[in-house]
Amino acid sequence: MTKLTLGPIAYHWSAETRRDFYARIADECPVDEVYLGEVICSKRAPFHEADLPETIERLGRAGKRVILSTLAEVMLKRERKATEDLAAMEDPEIEINNAAGLFARGRRPHRIGPFMNAYNETTIRWMAAQGATHVCLPSEMPAPAIAVAAHAARDLGLGVEVQVFGRVSLAVSARCYHARAHGRTKDNCQFVCEEDPDGMPLRTRDDLPILRVNGIQTLSESYLDLLPETPRLVADGVSHLRLMPQQVDMISVAQVFRDALDGQLPLAEADARLADLSEGAGLSNGFYHGKAGYRRIAMAASA
Amino acid sequence: MSLAELICPAGTPAALRTAVDAGADAVYCGFQDATNARNFPGLNFTPDELAASVAYAHERGTKVLLALNTYPPAGKVDLWRQAADTGARIGVDAFIVADMGVADYIARTHPQIRLHLSVQAAASSPEAIRYYCENFGVKRVVLPRILTIPEIRQIRKDIPCEIETFIFGNHGLMVEGRCSLTNYLTGQSTNMDGVCSPASDVNYLREADGSMSSQLAGFTIDRFGPDEKAGYPTICKGRYIAPHRPESYYAFEEPVSLNLSQLLPELIEAGVHAFKIEGRQRSKSYVRGVVRAFRAAVDDIRAGRQVNIADLVALTEGQKQTQGAFETKKWR
Repeated sequence: MTKLTLGPIAYHWSAETRRDFYARIADECPVDEVYLGEVICSKRAPFHEADLPETIERLGRAGKRVILSTLAEVMLKRERKATEDLAAMEDPEIEINNAAGLFARGRRPHRIGPFMNAYNETTIRWMAAQGATHVCLPSEMPAPAIAVAAHAARDLGLGVEVQVFGRVSLAVSARCYHARAHGRTKDNCQFVCEEDPDGMPLRTRDDLPILRVNGIQTLSESYLDLLPETPRLVADGVSHLRLMPQQVDMISVAQVFRDALDGQLPLAEADARLADLSEGAGLSNGFYHGKAGYRRIAMAASA
Repeated sequence: MSLAELICPAGTPAALRTAVDAGADAVYCGFQDATNARNFPGLNFTPDELAASVAYAHERGTKVLLALNTYPPAGKVDLWRQAADTGARIGVDAFIVADMGVADYIARTHPQIRLHLSVQAAASSPEAIRYYCENFGVKRVVLPRILTIPEIRQIRKDIPCEIETFIFGNHGLMVEGRCSLTNYLTGQSTNMDGVCSPASDVNYLREADGSMSSQLAGFTIDRFGPDEKAGYPTICKGRYIAPHRPESYYAFEEPVSLNLSQLLPELIEAGVHAFKIEGRQRSKSYVRGVVRAFRAAVDDIRAGRQVNIADLVALTEGQKQTQGAFETKKWR
């Protein structure tokens, strides 16, 4: 059965917000697996890592498989240390997002995160030989490449994951753009990114929404929505569908996906519901169709 | 002291000969397809052109490095393998790679040829670099443009391979190999197609008030007053409006060029083996001017003479320059 996963929170949500969020995920959310941990900014981790053991325990008690994700960018001493510490863990599973993590992990089992650039079957074969058990494909991959990659990964016994909902990570940088917007630098940011729990919107000079800033990360303005494409993703061998946490009702978002996957809800109706739940955020699926990522290709065209 | 090799861009056979004649220790180039990160119209080499160019360079003691530094999408891996086989047959001196599958293929199939790790692999820690060294026998890493000199000095102590750093040219802001901004707006991918803010999607629009909008795929990346020089619409160098910046600002970076000419002695002292000049898309005269100036600068340093390369200022984008991350952490 196709599994639904909840990706790691990309934004700087407060410890309290996170506790409440994961409590509801544990109690109410029909996702099978939950990725935890700070992927974007190592400065944020101290705010919420103390809660991790309890969150892991609570989600586990609710029957969710928990995976810890490592940082996408590893440069500073504290980032190298954080990566090494996670790579040393036996339980829970870890998802690696930087080659520094692969180095530390060696051939012990691990998942490959979306920042690892597993674009093709030969790279996936290499990763599997080094102990990868599961691979999350890059979000910009088009459908034909996903199909070939998923097929190869399944043949090797790997889980195959694709993001199907939420803003898409488009870039990371060493510079913090949140700090920059406020005339600060990364070292004296004063955690101004906490003001934007769904990212800081950038508009073009003719006032069109275009991108979102989240610390060192740049995200899509639109939410990725591959709900109409789920039958083809599943047919092509994708085993796990990832929902990225946004400032919307994620319980209902997950329920819509689950119902659509189970055939309880017609795709068109499910997708309309998803549009409502996205509270005015634009929806897009261009990458999947080999077009500009921001574009929304109509369901009829993908059928 | 390290050799401080000068690694120069060759977008065309003519530029390659120019760079060789101007004193490059090595040139880097790519084929006319998605296998390299400068897959721009009118640039790059056919296999025959590369063979003739390698012969020209080798006769003059210059090395040729072949960039195969994009990420093959699943189902298209053969194009990268064929490019590697062709490069090996021609006798290039090294391959510059980013994808693990491509690295593994070359390490197994052409073990006699050096592997350099492209900046597109974004290896920015000793551990990440060692991963590629130990698994694929990488001999040199091109460091991301995000590290300070003290950090480079430290990394040098912790890795078993040579270091190459960019010293001049376009100043990329995003972590290379992890940027899908162009694909988000245009449908062409930097990682898979080797395309960044492609010229085919660029439009300059004169507004009624005399200002000029520079657009990429219909999105206004910046707008310039009648007296301002309109810049190229590179997404990460545009001006945007944010809640705290209603007047619009360079959200990522200003359109500045990297110029580390003043830091060359420090970089050599920190253990950098090779200096890379960006600009495969640049003209012959640009390549000639920049390569000559840096050749003289490196020779001066090695001879213990004072460096004088003020002429390079005039060549940079909009006359504005930066030392980027190399000088201070405040850049971040």
